[in-house]
Amino acid sequence: MAIFSLWVINKAGGLVYQRNFADGLAQLTSNEYLVLAGTLHGIHAITSRLSPIGSSSGAQVIEGDSFKMTILLTATGTKFVLLTSPGETTAELVLQKAFEAYADAVMKNPFHTPEMPIRSDGFESRINTLIGSGQP
Amino acid sequence: MQQYAQPHSRSSVLSGSSLSSAEHLSPTSGSARFSLPSAPSISTTLGTPKLALRPNIYDRNLNKTRTAEVSASAFAFLFSEVVQYTQKRVSGINDLERRLNTLGYRVGIRVLELMVWRAESSSKAPKREVRFLPALMSIHTQVWRAVFGRPADAIEKSVENEDEYMIIDNDPPIERHISVPRDLNTLSCSSYTAGVVEAVLDGLGFPARVTAHSTPTQQHPSRTTILIKLEKSVLEREEVLK
Repeated sequence: MAIFSLWVINKAGGLVYQRNFADGLAQLTSNEYLVLAGTLHGIHAITSRLSPIGSSSGAQVIEGDSFKMTILLTATGTKFVLLTSPGETTAELVLQKAFEAYADAVMKNPFHTPEMPIRSDGFESRINTLIGSGQP
Repeated sequence: MQQYAQPHSRSSVLSGSSLSSAEHLSPTSGSARFSLPSAPSISTTLGTPKLALRPNIYDRNLNKTRTAEVSASAFAFLFSEVVQYTQKRVSGINDLERRLNTLGYRVGIRVLELMVWRAESSSKAPKREVRFLPALMSIHTQVWRAVFGRPADAIEKSVENEDEYMIIDNDPPIERHISVPRDLNTLSCSSYTAGVVEAVLDGLGFPARVTAHSTPTQQHPSRTTILIKLEKSVLEREEVLK
């Protein structure tokens, strides 16, 4: 039971926030993270058109035997992605709380430019209390 | 004389519209008494009877504070836009703080008037503060309660300069969601609050220069000090009144 990583992907598919909380993930460069986020954005767009009967929400959970990826798509197109161990049950709740922290500490901050990488001490500390500081 | 009969060019828009709306809508006594530029809102209240349950903002009772609260989130978004708008039009941190101060000043003038009005109607012997310390106490308690819903956390007097006083807020509501980036770290958005305080002091007859400084502590990362630097004349008068 562990939370590995939190990503925030903007509506254009750019990675605006990424943070690891526990060991167990491969060490990637920031460029590789950007590519992964863009790929996930594309996969999500495809899954949202797969349904034969009308529109679909797109992928919500992608699961393997060693990981679970939970995706929260907000009404504005921003995606919150949480990488956890497969048995983690709180992922949806954590994502909701992370969205709330984002709405408070990022969107209400006059020094944040929408769709740009998040550099806000307020958001960091909210995520710290939510998930635990872990290692950078 | 003939010239005089013409409506003044500056007020013509306002008086013209309020006149025509008054004729048009056969106003109730309420709307006729006040010549506020509220023609659109009056017509909506009259036009749709459903809204009559909720009186328009000019007709609400000024003394009922509990129902007059506004959403903190809505204010946070508005204030964020205010800061962004201001930041685009200034050349430095000092300029930005000065502009925020000016905006706060416009609020402070109205806050003072509102507080005097509330004191007038709530107590039998309303009092105007003429000495500085009681005035500062009333800002710390009454103004803060009217604007932020709770009193400030402390008042301090400077040890070095006798003309300096400080109001301390451990968690200023207007800065709750603001994270100032490192390259602007001397900026305090509470300059807006400082403007409110400056206006109230000015209105009470204590001219002063009021600035805001962030003084974070371990426990309160957004702790803010509102620094009041009184003008000489105030200190001299205090001396005489002693």
